[in-house]
Amino acid sequence: MDLLEILEEVLVKYRLVTAFSVIGLTIWFSYTLSGRLAGGRLHGSAIAILMGLGFAYLGGMLTGGQKGLSDLSVFSGIGLMGGAMFRDLAIVATAFGVRMDAFRKAGLSGILSLLAGVFVSFFVGAAVAYAFGYRDAVSLTTIGGGAATYIVGPVTGCALGASPEVMALSVAAGLVKSIMVMTLTPFVAGWIGLDNPRSAMIFGGLMGTTSGVAGGLAATNPALVPYGAMTATFYTGVGCLLGPSVIFFLIRTLV
Amino acid sequence: MVIYGTSILCSCLLVGLLTGRLLGVMVGVNANIGGVGIAMLLLILVTDRLYASGRMKPPTESGIRFWSAVYIPVVVAMAASQNVFTAFKGGSVAIVAGVLSVVACFALVPLIGRVGAVGSDKKDV
Repeated sequence: MDLLEILEEVLVKYRLVTAFSVIGLTIWFSYTLSGRLAGGRLHGSAIAILMGLGFAYLGGMLTGGQKGLSDLSVFSGIGLMGGAMFRDLAIVATAFGVRMDAFRKAGLSGILSLLAGVFVSFFVGAAVAYAFGYRDAVSLTTIGGGAATYIVGPVTGCALGASPEVMALSVAAGLVKSIMVMTLTPFVAGWIGLDNPRSAMIFGGLMGTTSGVAGGLAATNPALVPYGAMTATFYTGVGCLLGPSVIFFLIRTLV
Repeated sequence: MVIYGTSILCSCLLVGLLTGRLLGVMVGVNANIGGVGIAMLLLILVTDRLYASGRMKPPTESGIRFWSAVYIPVVVAMAASQNVFTAFKGGSVAIVAGVLSVVACFALVPLIGRVGAVGSDKKDV
Protein backbone atom coordinates (compact mmCIF):
# COMPACT_ATOMS: atom_id res chain seq x y z
CA MET A 1 0.00 0.00 0.00
CA ASP A 2 1.49 3.34 -0.91
CA LEU A 3 1.20 6.55 1.03
CA LEU A 4 -1.42 8.13 -1.25
CA GLU A 5 -3.74 5.16 -0.88
CA ILE A 6 -3.47 5.32 2.89
CA LEU A 7 -4.16 9.05 2.82
CA GLU A 8 -7.22 8.54 0.62
CA GLU A 9 -8.48 5.76 2.89
CA VAL A 10 -8.38 8.02 5.95
CA LEU A 11 -9.84 11.06 4.18
CA VAL A 12 -12.73 9.06 2.73
CA LYS A 13 -13.51 7.17 5.91
CA TYR A 14 -13.63 10.44 7.91
CA ARG A 15 -15.24 12.43 5.11
CA LEU A 16 -17.14 14.93 7.24
CA VAL A 17 -13.98 15.67 9.26
CA THR A 18 -12.11 16.15 5.99
CA ALA A 19 -14.82 18.55 4.84
CA PHE A 20 -14.62 20.75 7.96
CA SER A 21 -10.85 20.82 7.64
CA VAL A 22 -10.82 21.70 3.92
CA ILE A 23 -13.58 24.31 4.19
CA GLY A 24 -11.83 25.87 7.18
CA LEU A 25 -8.62 26.19 5.15
CA THR A 26 -10.57 27.69 2.22
CA ILE A 27 -12.14 30.29 4.51
CA TRP A 28 -8.83 31.15 6.15
CA PHE A 29 -7.28 31.61 2.72
CA SER A 30 -10.22 33.77 1.52
CA TYR A 31 -10.19 36.04 4.57
CA THR A 32 -6.42 36.51 4.29
CA LEU A 33 -6.84 37.31 0.61
CA SER A 34 -9.65 39.75 1.38
CA GLY A 35 -7.52 41.58 3.96
CA ARG A 36 -4.29 41.71 1.98
CA LEU A 37 -5.23 42.03 -1.67
CA ALA A 38 -8.73 43.40 -1.86
CA GLY A 39 -8.16 45.70 1.12
CA GLY A 40 -11.36 44.37 2.66
CA ARG A 41 -13.51 45.74 -0.20
CA LEU A 42 -14.49 42.25 -1.28
CA HIS A 43 -15.72 40.41 1.81
CA GLY A 44 -13.86 37.24 2.80
CA SER A 45 -17.02 35.16 2.67
CA ALA A 46 -17.73 36.39 -0.88
CA ILE A 47 -14.28 35.20 -1.96
CA ALA A 48 -14.82 31.88 -0.17
CA ILE A 49 -18.16 31.34 -1.93
CA LEU A 50 -16.61 32.20 -5.32
CA MET A 51 -13.82 29.73 -4.61
CA GLY A 52 -16.40 27.12 -3.64
CA LEU A 53 -18.22 27.64 -6.94
CA GLY A 54 -14.90 27.41 -8.79
CA PHE A 55 -14.11 24.10 -7.06
CA ALA A 56 -17.60 22.90 -7.94
CA TYR A 57 -17.00 23.69 -11.60
CA LEU A 58 -13.72 21.75 -11.55
CA GLY A 59 -15.39 18.83 -9.76
CA GLY A 60 -18.15 18.69 -12.36
CA MET A 61 -15.65 18.87 -15.19
CA LEU A 62 -13.46 16.11 -13.76
CA THR A 63 -16.16 13.65 -12.72
CA GLY A 64 -19.17 14.49 -14.89
CA GLY A 65 -21.25 14.22 -11.74
CA GLN A 66 -23.93 16.53 -10.42
CA LYS A 67 -22.63 17.49 -6.99
CA GLY A 68 -19.60 19.59 -7.84
CA LEU A 69 -16.44 19.00 -5.84
CA SER A 70 -18.16 16.46 -3.60
CA ASP A 71 -18.29 13.93 -6.46
CA LEU A 72 -14.57 13.36 -5.86
CA SER A 73 -14.60 10.66 -3.18
CA VAL A 74 -12.02 12.43 -1.02
CA PHE A 75 -14.28 15.49 -0.86
CA SER A 76 -17.61 13.67 -0.56
CA GLY A 77 -18.00 15.02 2.98
CA ILE A 78 -18.38 18.52 1.54
CA GLY A 79 -21.63 17.36 -0.06
CA LEU A 80 -22.89 16.33 3.37
CA MET A 81 -21.66 19.50 5.07
CA GLY A 82 -23.20 21.72 2.39
CA GLY A 83 -26.31 19.59 1.85
CA ALA A 84 -29.88 20.53 2.79
CA MET A 85 -29.60 19.01 6.29
CA PHE A 86 -26.71 21.11 7.61
CA ARG A 87 -27.71 24.12 5.55
CA ASP A 88 -31.20 24.28 7.02
CA LEU A 89 -29.90 23.61 10.54
CA ALA A 90 -27.43 26.50 10.24
CA ILE A 91 -30.06 28.81 8.70
CA VAL A 92 -32.49 28.17 11.57
CA ALA A 93 -29.66 28.74 14.08
CA THR A 94 -29.08 32.22 12.62
CA ALA A 95 -32.57 33.18 13.84
CA PHE A 96 -31.32 32.80 17.43
CA GLY A 97 -31.32 36.22 19.04
CA VAL A 98 -33.48 37.83 16.35
CA ARG A 99 -36.42 39.91 17.61
CA MET A 100 -39.89 38.87 16.54
CA ASP A 101 -40.95 42.50 15.78
CA ALA A 102 -38.57 42.68 12.84
CA PHE A 103 -40.47 39.88 11.08
CA ARG A 104 -43.85 41.37 11.93
CA LYS A 105 -42.96 44.78 10.49
CA ALA A 106 -42.09 43.29 7.11
CA GLY A 107 -45.18 41.07 6.98
CA LEU A 108 -47.07 42.76 4.13
CA SER A 109 -44.07 43.54 1.92
CA GLY A 110 -42.78 40.02 2.58
CA ILE A 111 -45.94 38.45 1.14
CA LEU A 112 -46.01 40.93 -1.73
CA SER A 113 -42.37 40.18 -2.57
CA LEU A 114 -43.07 36.42 -2.63
CA LEU A 115 -45.90 36.78 -5.13
CA ALA A 116 -44.01 39.32 -7.24
CA GLY A 117 -40.89 37.14 -7.19
CA VAL A 118 -42.70 34.00 -8.35
CA PHE A 119 -44.72 35.74 -11.10
CA VAL A 120 -41.86 37.85 -12.46
CA SER A 121 -39.43 34.91 -12.59
CA PHE A 122 -41.96 32.68 -14.36
CA PHE A 123 -42.81 35.32 -16.93
CA VAL A 124 -39.23 36.43 -17.57
CA GLY A 125 -38.21 32.77 -17.99
CA ALA A 126 -41.17 32.06 -20.28
CA ALA A 127 -40.48 35.20 -22.35
CA VAL A 128 -36.86 34.15 -22.86
CA ALA A 129 -37.99 30.65 -23.88
CA TYR A 130 -40.46 32.26 -26.30
CA ALA A 131 -37.68 34.39 -27.78
CA PHE A 132 -35.64 31.20 -28.31
CA GLY A 133 -38.46 29.64 -30.33
CA TYR A 134 -40.47 27.64 -27.79
CA ARG A 135 -44.19 28.06 -28.46
CA ASP A 136 -46.12 25.46 -26.40
CA ALA A 137 -47.44 26.53 -23.01
CA VAL A 138 -46.05 23.45 -21.21
CA SER A 139 -42.42 24.13 -22.22
CA LEU A 140 -42.77 27.87 -21.61
CA THR A 141 -44.17 27.34 -18.10
CA THR A 142 -41.54 24.71 -17.25
CA ILE A 143 -38.61 26.90 -18.32
CA GLY A 144 -40.28 29.80 -16.49
CA GLY A 145 -40.42 27.60 -13.40
CA GLY A 146 -36.70 27.00 -13.72
CA ALA A 147 -36.17 30.75 -13.70
CA ALA A 148 -37.98 30.68 -10.34
CA THR A 149 -35.88 27.91 -8.72
CA TYR A 150 -34.34 24.65 -9.83
CA ILE A 151 -36.94 22.83 -7.73
CA VAL A 152 -40.01 24.74 -8.96
CA GLY A 153 -39.02 24.09 -12.61
CA PRO A 154 -38.92 20.28 -12.58
CA VAL A 155 -41.89 20.04 -10.18
CA THR A 156 -43.94 22.18 -12.59
CA GLY A 157 -42.63 20.29 -15.62
CA CYS A 158 -43.48 16.96 -14.01
CA ALA A 159 -47.03 18.09 -13.24
CA LEU A 160 -47.55 19.36 -16.80
CA GLY A 161 -45.75 16.51 -18.60
CA ALA A 162 -42.87 18.47 -20.13
CA SER A 163 -40.17 16.74 -22.23
CA PRO A 164 -36.90 15.65 -20.52
CA GLU A 165 -34.94 18.12 -22.64
CA VAL A 166 -37.07 21.03 -21.44
CA MET A 167 -36.84 19.77 -17.84
CA ALA A 168 -33.03 19.75 -18.07
CA LEU A 169 -33.06 23.31 -19.41
CA SER A 170 -35.35 24.34 -16.61
CA VAL A 171 -33.01 22.90 -13.95
CA ALA A 172 -30.03 24.59 -15.63
CA ALA A 173 -31.85 27.97 -15.60
CA GLY A 174 -32.49 27.55 -11.87
CA LEU A 175 -28.84 26.70 -11.23
CA VAL A 176 -27.68 29.75 -13.17
CA LYS A 177 -30.06 31.90 -11.13
CA SER A 178 -28.82 30.53 -7.82
CA ILE A 179 -25.16 31.02 -8.79
CA MET A 180 -25.87 34.57 -10.02
CA VAL A 181 -27.63 35.51 -6.78
CA MET A 182 -24.74 34.10 -4.74
CA THR A 183 -22.07 36.00 -6.65
CA LEU A 184 -23.79 39.28 -7.63
CA THR A 185 -25.63 40.16 -4.40
CA PRO A 186 -22.65 41.72 -2.56
CA PHE A 187 -21.98 43.96 -5.59
CA VAL A 188 -25.54 45.24 -6.07
CA ALA A 189 -26.46 45.40 -2.35
CA GLY A 190 -25.70 49.13 -2.17
CA TRP A 191 -27.80 50.03 -5.23
CA ILE A 192 -30.88 48.11 -4.18
CA GLY A 193 -30.78 49.27 -0.54
CA LEU A 194 -30.07 45.84 0.87
CA ASP A 195 -28.88 47.03 4.28
CA ASN A 196 -31.73 46.46 6.73
CA PRO A 197 -33.91 43.54 7.91
CA ARG A 198 -36.95 44.71 5.96
CA SER A 199 -35.20 44.92 2.59
CA ALA A 200 -33.51 41.58 3.33
CA MET A 201 -36.94 39.97 3.78
CA ILE A 202 -38.12 41.52 0.51
CA PHE A 203 -34.93 40.32 -1.17
CA GLY A 204 -35.48 36.76 0.11
CA GLY A 205 -39.06 36.73 -1.15
CA LEU A 206 -38.14 38.09 -4.58
CA MET A 207 -35.15 35.82 -5.20
CA GLY A 208 -36.55 32.68 -3.64
CA THR A 209 -33.59 30.40 -4.29
CA THR A 210 -32.61 29.26 -0.78
CA SER A 211 -29.01 28.53 -1.73
CA GLY A 212 -28.67 31.79 -3.67
CA VAL A 213 -30.15 33.90 -0.88
CA ALA A 214 -28.14 32.03 1.77
CA GLY A 215 -24.88 32.57 -0.13
CA GLY A 216 -25.64 36.09 -1.37
CA LEU A 217 -26.56 37.46 2.05
CA ALA A 218 -23.67 35.65 3.75
CA ALA A 219 -21.32 37.44 1.37
CA THR A 220 -23.05 40.81 1.91
CA ASN A 221 -23.83 40.96 5.63
CA PRO A 222 -24.35 37.80 7.72
CA ALA A 223 -26.65 39.72 10.10
CA LEU A 224 -29.27 39.90 7.31
CA VAL A 225 -29.33 36.13 6.70
CA PRO A 226 -32.22 35.15 9.01
CA TYR A 227 -34.52 37.77 7.45
CA GLY A 228 -33.85 36.82 3.83
CA ALA A 229 -33.95 33.11 4.59
CA MET A 230 -37.29 33.48 6.36
CA THR A 231 -39.20 34.61 3.25
CA ALA A 232 -37.13 32.58 0.77
CA THR A 233 -38.17 29.39 2.51
CA PHE A 234 -41.80 29.96 1.45
CA TYR A 235 -40.93 30.66 -2.19
CA THR A 236 -40.45 27.14 -3.53
CA GLY A 237 -43.74 26.01 -1.98
CA VAL A 238 -45.62 28.99 -3.42
CA GLY A 239 -43.95 28.47 -6.81
CA CYS A 240 -44.87 24.77 -6.91
CA LEU A 241 -48.42 25.75 -5.98
CA LEU A 242 -48.93 28.53 -8.54
CA GLY A 243 -46.75 27.19 -11.40
CA PRO A 244 -48.74 24.24 -12.72
CA SER A 245 -52.05 26.00 -11.95
CA VAL A 246 -52.60 29.77 -12.17
CA ILE A 247 -49.40 30.60 -14.08
CA PHE A 248 -49.82 27.73 -16.55
CA PHE A 249 -53.40 28.88 -17.33
CA LEU A 250 -52.24 32.47 -17.75
CA ILE A 251 -49.41 31.47 -20.11
CA ARG A 252 -51.75 29.19 -22.07
CA THR A 253 -54.21 32.02 -22.66
CA LEU A 254 -51.36 34.31 -23.74
CA VAL A 255 -49.87 31.98 -26.41
CA MET B 1 -25.44 21.50 28.99
CA VAL B 2 -24.42 22.31 25.41
CA ILE B 3 -26.48 19.47 24.02
CA TYR B 4 -29.69 21.06 25.36
CA GLY B 5 -29.17 24.01 23.04
CA THR B 6 -28.40 21.84 20.02
CA SER B 7 -31.34 19.59 20.84
CA ILE B 8 -33.73 22.58 21.06
CA LEU B 9 -32.44 23.82 17.70
CA CYS B 10 -32.80 20.40 16.03
CA SER B 11 -36.25 19.82 17.49
CA CYS B 12 -37.43 23.19 16.18
CA LEU B 13 -36.10 22.32 12.71
CA LEU B 14 -37.83 18.92 12.72
CA VAL B 15 -41.19 20.32 13.89
CA GLY B 16 -40.90 23.13 11.30
CA LEU B 17 -40.08 20.72 8.47
CA LEU B 18 -42.95 18.43 9.43
CA THR B 19 -45.40 21.35 9.55
CA GLY B 20 -44.14 22.68 6.21
CA ARG B 21 -44.49 19.27 4.59
CA LEU B 22 -48.01 18.81 6.01
CA LEU B 23 -48.93 22.27 4.66
CA GLY B 24 -47.68 21.09 1.27
CA VAL B 25 -49.78 17.93 1.43
CA MET B 26 -52.83 19.94 2.50
CA VAL B 27 -52.69 22.21 -0.56
CA GLY B 28 -51.69 19.30 -2.81
CA VAL B 29 -48.08 20.32 -3.59
CA ASN B 30 -45.12 17.97 -3.54
CA ALA B 31 -42.91 20.46 -1.70
CA ASN B 32 -42.18 21.81 1.75
CA ILE B 33 -43.95 25.14 2.31
CA GLY B 34 -41.95 27.33 4.66
CA GLY B 35 -40.67 24.54 6.90
CA VAL B 36 -37.41 26.33 7.65
CA GLY B 37 -39.21 29.63 8.23
CA ILE B 38 -41.63 28.02 10.67
CA ALA B 39 -38.65 26.44 12.46
CA MET B 40 -37.01 29.87 12.78
CA LEU B 41 -40.15 31.36 14.34
CA LEU B 42 -40.38 28.38 16.71
CA LEU B 43 -36.76 28.80 17.80
CA ILE B 44 -37.35 32.50 18.53
CA LEU B 45 -40.49 31.72 20.54
CA VAL B 46 -38.96 28.84 22.51
CA THR B 47 -35.73 30.66 23.38
CA ASP B 48 -37.70 33.82 24.33
CA ARG B 49 -39.68 31.70 26.80
CA LEU B 50 -36.52 30.15 28.24
CA TYR B 51 -34.95 33.59 28.74
CA ALA B 52 -38.12 34.91 30.39
CA SER B 53 -38.23 32.03 32.86
CA GLY B 54 -34.48 32.27 33.50
CA ARG B 55 -33.80 28.76 32.30
CA MET B 56 -31.50 29.72 29.41
CA LYS B 57 -27.96 29.01 30.66
CA PRO B 58 -24.77 30.04 28.79
CA PRO B 59 -23.84 26.43 27.82
CA THR B 60 -27.31 25.96 26.31
CA GLU B 61 -26.82 29.18 24.33
CA SER B 62 -23.49 28.01 22.99
CA GLY B 63 -25.11 24.80 21.72
CA ILE B 64 -27.16 27.00 19.37
CA ARG B 65 -24.55 29.68 18.70
CA PHE B 66 -22.05 27.19 17.33
CA TRP B 67 -24.42 26.25 14.51
CA SER B 68 -25.20 29.86 13.78
CA ALA B 69 -21.46 30.57 13.61
CA VAL B 70 -20.68 27.76 11.16
CA TYR B 71 -23.33 29.14 8.81
CA ILE B 72 -20.82 30.69 6.39
CA PRO B 73 -18.59 27.58 6.22
CA VAL B 74 -21.69 25.49 5.53
CA VAL B 75 -22.68 27.88 2.74
CA VAL B 76 -19.18 27.63 1.24
CA ALA B 77 -19.50 23.82 1.30
CA MET B 78 -22.91 24.25 -0.33
CA ALA B 79 -21.38 26.41 -3.08
CA ALA B 80 -18.67 23.77 -3.63
CA SER B 81 -21.29 21.06 -4.15
CA GLN B 82 -23.47 22.94 -6.67
CA ASN B 83 -23.86 21.64 -10.18
CA VAL B 84 -21.99 24.62 -11.66
CA PHE B 85 -20.62 22.73 -14.66
CA THR B 86 -24.09 21.66 -15.87
CA ALA B 87 -25.48 25.14 -15.22
CA PHE B 88 -23.10 26.67 -17.72
CA LYS B 89 -23.38 23.81 -20.21
CA GLY B 90 -27.18 24.06 -20.15
CA GLY B 91 -27.21 26.29 -23.21
CA SER B 92 -27.96 29.93 -23.79
CA VAL B 93 -31.72 29.67 -23.03
CA ALA B 94 -30.92 28.56 -19.46
CA ILE B 95 -28.25 31.20 -18.94
CA VAL B 96 -30.29 34.07 -20.37
CA ALA B 97 -33.44 33.01 -18.47
CA GLY B 98 -31.52 32.65 -15.19
CA VAL B 99 -29.63 35.93 -15.53
CA LEU B 100 -32.62 38.03 -16.65
CA SER B 101 -34.86 36.79 -13.84
CA VAL B 102 -32.15 37.71 -11.33
CA VAL B 103 -31.75 41.19 -12.84
CA ALA B 104 -35.54 41.76 -12.86
CA CYS B 105 -35.86 40.68 -9.22
CA PHE B 106 -32.90 42.79 -8.09
CA ALA B 107 -34.61 45.81 -9.64
CA LEU B 108 -37.84 45.04 -7.78
CA VAL B 109 -36.24 45.10 -4.30
CA PRO B 110 -36.30 48.91 -3.84
CA LEU B 111 -39.69 49.13 -5.59
CA ILE B 112 -41.46 46.72 -3.24
CA GLY B 113 -39.59 48.28 -0.34
CA ARG B 114 -41.42 51.51 -1.09
CA VAL B 115 -44.87 49.92 -1.54
CA GLY B 116 -44.57 48.03 1.72
CA ALA B 117 -43.43 51.12 3.61
CA VAL B 118 -46.55 53.01 2.52
CA GLY B 119 -48.74 50.11 3.60
CA SER B 120 -47.31 49.83 7.10
CA ASP B 121 -47.36 53.60 7.55
CA LYS B 122 -51.09 53.56 6.88
CA LYS B 123 -51.58 50.81 9.43
CA ASP B 124 -49.81 52.89 12.06
CA VAL B 125 -52.18 55.83 11.45
